[in-house]
Amino acid sequence: MSEIPFPETAAIAGVYEHPSRFSPNKTEFQIMAECAKGALEDAGVTRSEVDGLFGASMSMGLMGIVDLAEYLDLRPDYLDGTNIGGSSFVAHVTHAAAAIHAGLCNVALVLYGSTAASNAMAIGTGGSGGSRNPDTAFSSPYGMTTVGSYAMYANLHMSTYGTTSEQLAEIAITMRRHAGLNPHAKMRSPITVDDVLGSRMISRPLHLLDCCIISDGGGAVVVTSLERAKDLPKPPVRILGCGEAAQHQGVGRTDLLTIAAKQSGDTAFNMAGVERSDIDLAMIYDSFTITVLATLENLGFCERGAGGDFVSGGGISLDGVLPVNPDGGGLSSNHPGMRGIFLVIEAVKQLRQECGDRQVKSPELALAHGTGGTIGDKHSGATLILGVGK
Amino acid sequence: MNEIKHPLPYASWETRGYWEGAGRGELVLQRCLQCGLVQHRPRGICVHCLESGGLEHFVASGNGEVYTFTVTEQNQARGFAEACPYVMAYVTLDEGPRILTVITDCAADDVAVGIRVKAHFVDQERDDGEPFAVPVFRLD
Repeated sequence: MSEIPFPETAAIAGVYEHPSRFSPNKTEFQIMAECAKGALEDAGVTRSEVDGLFGASMSMGLMGIVDLAEYLDLRPDYLDGTNIGGSSFVAHVTHAAAAIHAGLCNVALVLYGSTAASNAMAIGTGGSGGSRNPDTAFSSPYGMTTVGSYAMYANLHMSTYGTTSEQLAEIAITMRRHAGLNPHAKMRSPITVDDVLGSRMISRPLHLLDCCIISDGGGAVVVTSLERAKDLPKPPVRILGCGEAAQHQGVGRTDLLTIAAKQSGDTAFNMAGVERSDIDLAMIYDSFTITVLATLENLGFCERGAGGDFVSGGGISLDGVLPVNPDGGGLSSNHPGMRGIFLVIEAVKQLRQECGDRQVKSPELALAHGTGGTIGDKHSGATLILGVGK
Repeated sequence: MNEIKHPLPYASWETRGYWEGAGRGELVLQRCLQCGLVQHRPRGICVHCLESGGLEHFVASGNGEVYTFTVTEQNQARGFAEACPYVMAYVTLDEGPRILTVITDCAADDVAVGIRVKAHFVDQERDDGEPFAVPVFRLD
């Protein structure tokens, strides 16, 4: 056991985001391996030092993490194939920190890879085709889709608080503006509020441009002890707070507007001992525009119901009150099915001030929050608060 | 809107009472006689007591109100693609629990948050002899 209190025992020493958004001739594991190489080089550690392996993907199932270890010819001392949806990789960093704190491993590699775009996966709108599973019988007869679940959340928020489609569109156009500063982003041409409102309706009130894109891609994160990280070439990014939560319909009385981010965010902020106003930038899972609004409110960056105003007027721009997703997010940069790893990667790059045109000015504290599953049904949330300096 | 071809529901022993009730035209809920909890979806245990002994089924009123909804304009899945736009909704039943459903036999623009709805049961063509139906809701 380390004498430094959890979670500060561990630090992020290296990250890598795959630059490609379309990789029709590669497999998931191949993309993960390319990302592993990039992140190990970034961290300045060798492959032979990896003794903890963490990963999840759209197709890794039972034994998937062992399959990944075999593909990479690794024999780690610690394995974690936790799959709680798109937030998994944010949780993996927490789990890696806990394993490092406990002395179970010292160099943890977190991996994601996906060929969602080249497989032409209908992630958001292909739902509820029916199956013989009794557990899905309460949703499959009703045509539940991913976008439909988020749309029901959005509609409830609008009818409760008067939130408008124009306010949601502000989120989409801000992400697109940020993507214009990111040379690797998939969608870089500026869009207007009218473009969003004029785009095809998918599930009312969410339009096509309220929805994330679908890309290929992958990423990797190297977590090690703070002690070790201090001897490595890049400045260590410290893990200051973390939290996880599950939210669902329970026995049928859940307040739909309270999402997992409330619980995981409170845990992370309490652990880090920092205020919301101390955070210099936030990486928020933006599967849909409404996801950003819901997450910001539930994390406590604004009052419940005030999210529409918070995201308008440049509030989440690079020079706003709280810069959100400088990389352009899933709405414009990349969304290969499960986006959580990119939240961590961009937060780390921003804290190390490596982001060029999209760099937030001298950030010291960043928050990353991943959502897995669907907020109008059942989902997971994972929050990390990361910092440099001091 | 075109009619939805609902995928067939299948039951486990835990959920059979619900689907058989629907086949009789009844919306059946579960109540725990020990703690009074009305729970949906049905389970083999009361999730508060973690015991199965005190659970009973009862026929609910079938009345409720729309908690939230969406008009789905795109869903490639079979049975729904041709039915777009259709209204998917959560309905809060008068007995307490909320239920995922579709609102049928009305114009999408007539559905609103808070509007009163009533259960209606759609029979299934199936070859396994199960006497199930799919509960949907109509404006009351």
